[in-house]
Amino acid sequence: MTEMDEPELTNSRLGSLEYDPAPESTAIAHFRPSYGIFIDGRFTDPSSHEQFVSLNPANEEVLATVAQSSREDVDRAVASARHAYDTVWSRTSGPERAKYLFRIARLIQERARELAVVETLDNGKPIRESRDVDVPLSAAHFFYYAGWADKLGYAGFGPDPRPIGVAGQIIPWNFPLLMAAWKLAPALAAGNTCVLKPAETTSLSALLLAEILQQADLPPGVVNIITGDGASGAALVDHPGVDKIAFTGSTEVGRLIQQRVAPSQKRLTLELGGKGANIVFDDAPIDEMIEGIIDGIFFNQGHVCCAGSRLLVQESIADEVLRRLVRRMEQLRVGDPMDKNTDVGAINSAAQLARIRELSSFGESEGATRYTSSCMLPDKGYWFAPTVFANVSQSHRIAREEIFGPVLSVLTFRTPEEAVVKANNTNYGLACGVWSEKGSRTLWVAQRLRAGVIWANTYNKFDPSSPFGGVRESGFGREGGRHGLEAYLDV
Amino acid sequence: MSEPRLDVRKTYKLLINGAFPRSESGRSYKVFTQSGEFLANVAQGSRKDLRDAVLAARGVQAKWWASSAYNRGQVIYRLAEMAESRRDELAVHVGAAEGLRAPEAFASVARAIDRIVWYAGWTDKITQVYGGANPVAGPFFNFSLPTPSGVVAVLASQESSLEGFVDAVLAPIAAGNTVVALASELRPTPAVLLGEMSATSDFPAGVLNIITGVTSELAPTLASHEEIDGIDLAGVGVDQASELNVIAAGSIKRVFRPRQNDTDPTRRLRAFIETSTVWHTIGQ
Amino acid sequence: MSTAPLRLVTGDDYGVKIDHASSVPLMNSEAQLKSTLAALAGVDAVGLEGRCAKLATRSIKKTTKLAAIDLAISMVDLTTLEGADTRGRVRSLCAKAMRPDPRDLTVPSVAAVCVYPDLVAEARSALGTSKVSVASVATAFPSGRASLKVKLLDVAEAVDAGADEIDMVIDRGAFLSGRLGEVFEEIAAVKEACRGAHLKVILETGELVTYDNVRRASWLAMLAGADFVKTSTGKVGVNATTPTALVMLEGVRDFAELTGKLVGVKVAGGIRTTKDALRYLVLVNETVGSSWLSPDRFRFGASSLLNDLLMQRLKRQRGAYVRADEFSGD
Repeated sequence: MTEMDEPELTNSRLGSLEYDPAPESTAIAHFRPSYGIFIDGRFTDPSSHEQFVSLNPANEEVLATVAQSSREDVDRAVASARHAYDTVWSRTSGPERAKYLFRIARLIQERARELAVVETLDNGKPIRESRDVDVPLSAAHFFYYAGWADKLGYAGFGPDPRPIGVAGQIIPWNFPLLMAAWKLAPALAAGNTCVLKPAETTSLSALLLAEILQQADLPPGVVNIITGDGASGAALVDHPGVDKIAFTGSTEVGRLIQQRVAPSQKRLTLELGGKGANIVFDDAPIDEMIEGIIDGIFFNQGHVCCAGSRLLVQESIADEVLRRLVRRMEQLRVGDPMDKNTDVGAINSAAQLARIRELSSFGESEGATRYTSSCMLPDKGYWFAPTVFANVSQSHRIAREEIFGPVLSVLTFRTPEEAVVKANNTNYGLACGVWSEKGSRTLWVAQRLRAGVIWANTYNKFDPSSPFGGVRESGFGREGGRHGLEAYLDV
Repeated sequence: MSEPRLDVRKTYKLLINGAFPRSESGRSYKVFTQSGEFLANVAQGSRKDLRDAVLAARGVQAKWWASSAYNRGQVIYRLAEMAESRRDELAVHVGAAEGLRAPEAFASVARAIDRIVWYAGWTDKITQVYGGANPVAGPFFNFSLPTPSGVVAVLASQESSLEGFVDAVLAPIAAGNTVVALASELRPTPAVLLGEMSATSDFPAGVLNIITGVTSELAPTLASHEEIDGIDLAGVGVDQASELNVIAAGSIKRVFRPRQNDTDPTRRLRAFIETSTVWHTIGQ
Repeated sequence: MSTAPLRLVTGDDYGVKIDHASSVPLMNSEAQLKSTLAALAGVDAVGLEGRCAKLATRSIKKTTKLAAIDLAISMVDLTTLEGADTRGRVRSLCAKAMRPDPRDLTVPSVAAVCVYPDLVAEARSALGTSKVSVASVATAFPSGRASLKVKLLDVAEAVDAGADEIDMVIDRGAFLSGRLGEVFEEIAAVKEACRGAHLKVILETGELVTYDNVRRASWLAMLAGADFVKTSTGKVGVNATTPTALVMLEGVRDFAELTGKLVGVKVAGGIRTTKDALRYLVLVNETVGSSWLSPDRFRFGASSLLNDLLMQRLKRQRGAYVRADEFSGD
């Protein structure tokens, strides 16, 4: 073919080599038709026999029914945790606690495939992410805190720091297993006992974790898992037998929890919402930066509290970045979460989908330019195509409110100073990204950002040794790292 | 009646670069139980064996340190798993070597395994506990990171055949060093067994090298070897330690001499760590 | 009620857009060349390698796999570059190139046979009228350590003997010491000496070491007239890797959008298995797209890869793993 035959403008289609479906087998996941609650080392029936269903959000099929824990169930769970604390766990030495946690880490590694499949079926996230991120990080978290259990005296909180007692832990639906690991591992390492409540739409991996705790011969009552909705969570928050509440979820609910525990002596840590700014300078490594922006907002369907949901681009490269970004977004493979080649999976619930749709509609009505991937969406299940809004202003709702979905708002800036001002112009303060090849400027910006985590030339990176948490209305307290121990020590 | 079965006896060999050679010198020496019965012929390592071991340790050190702290922790924990599954065998040897009755020997092995677990947990804590950011005056981001010294020679305790050995080799290894260890001269078999276990624990070849032999013959070679960055003198008496210390000074080695009744278990961990400080400007 | 412009992205919007009316900018001085290369965005090694690791998890199955295997076979530059090469060896290689599996004529022929200049004539005569090209390494391959005069003579001889494609090596010493004008001029001179033969420029990325260097060297070669940029000679410690290939693919993509000229990429050295080959095809697919999924724009420089591709192909047909001796050892 000579150049003469070609049209004036040709377009080399990306992804034109179609990939045949490569579904991970679901055979490894064995769901019981219904689950009780995990108290005192056993699955028991809830007092009220009230149940709710856990759906696969990718096709709306029922996976299992799960117990709605009542106030009485919470009572039993807390009593079990208290008893285990008094009679067993507070007397278990650091080295012995460490060995339990190492066992749990190893069991998670051994049952990794099963956990990944269960997580993807119940949550809707791509199997590639549950397999390569959620499950290995969960194991790593237990492994890391196992190492602390017999070294608490070196953590900087005094020579012999003591645990707090019974911890009530409420976790969200976006990383069900990983959040359970983030909560349980430091609590157990420090010597506390736990009552954990997973989110109502994603209980199943926590219940599988309960089986793992049984296999590890963790003493009964050290970890209790109660399922249920916000009412169960409220009962746990209010329970007088709980010494500490750790909550990950929305700022709205976090505020309510802080108010409810205010009259008590309970310790509290909160990991709440965010509206992370990803700041892009004109000297950024452009190809990796585009990947980072994509990962920052479309990882886990944007159901990430630290998502880089605001892109702040230096004006001189804004058009070029938007063009490359939209091209890359269009390439994302949206669909069956069980397919190993899927990049973006299902929205976790009908309620969340409705919220994303509502907030996105404001983007258009307020005058932003919308780019939405032309990907085909399945008929059944909850789906939202990856979307980028350009020409967004600071005052737009899509620039201020947490959408918690695959929706990015693009704004521009002219100077580093202006980038910092815009990035900080939010009530949140969880995470930010900075993209530049110039180290001194990156550090200058990082120093001025009000955020608990700042990623430079990368985004959405997590490691058990690195503290995570927010400032301002993104919450307080840290999870991960040496700092994460403080939340579970009486110091 | 079948005839009584003849035991298959084991050869106790060196551990160099992940392989189990006999000494290149072809020598061995007899090792006895505490009560004086013949236990085994053990390879009597030579200076050339030491040289090979140092070469292996040096060759893999950068790789060992470059692997993630998490990964190094898992490798060391795997050694604990291996040791646990061969606990009985270790206890027989610790008992025979140290003259302990079975319950005492088992208790010693249990402590040694828990100690391995303890070190497994240190790999990713060392930086956090001993490193940090420094608030220098001026527009600089300044942080200090602990880094390993490099290759560490260990003259392991002559008395504590397993517990002492575990401590002396795993402290530098956990910190990212690689080790050439001289096992207890008269009680070497528990160390040899641990070496065999390390070879099935995903340790990269050369991270832990174990030489058995005559301490007085080999120690000066280790103390003077310029590719060795640090030396642990647990296995020699006061006089010899002072002599070796002088030799080690020739190449400015970091020297660790255990204190009597030491209650701080991190002293050994800190012995072979350097501090590397980075300054970076901050500005628009 | 919506007042905002709403646009659904469509397939036409997002590919690699190539404006054939635009052209390759002329470099009038070394200073201009240097500033052009200095203006290229940096490469973040962590992000780059992370992207490759993620793409390496793509699962290629069933019909996609069969199609990809055949595509890969058609992209192979079947190579022999040994001091011990003989005419006999080249003839049997050519036979294999034209008909990789004599029992199955649905197997495509490879793209080219790649030999040293003195064996070009032998390859030319063995290949006859087949559409398999003759590629020759030249310019004092693999070190490139010779005078320009000798290098051009090397090229001229290969072209005279019937080479369709010339694989030249750049002067890495000149590149690393900043004599970029020299490297540029040498490539331009070789291009001229090629007289219509396609020019593949070997960057020897294992010696350039950094990804920033790979990006700049790719652009330098393209600006100087390369038809292909190629990773390696296969003669140094580090050969083709997926991250270097990705940097080069990003380079040809951006170059095509800027200049309208489509430059090919050849990965060479150390690619032995079907799995390796598929990983590169995934990179091509997701970075530069359909226009490069052809032997005209992407090549594998390899020798043992071909047999593994054939084995995998036969395995899919038979439903069982096949033994290596099913195929000739050429």
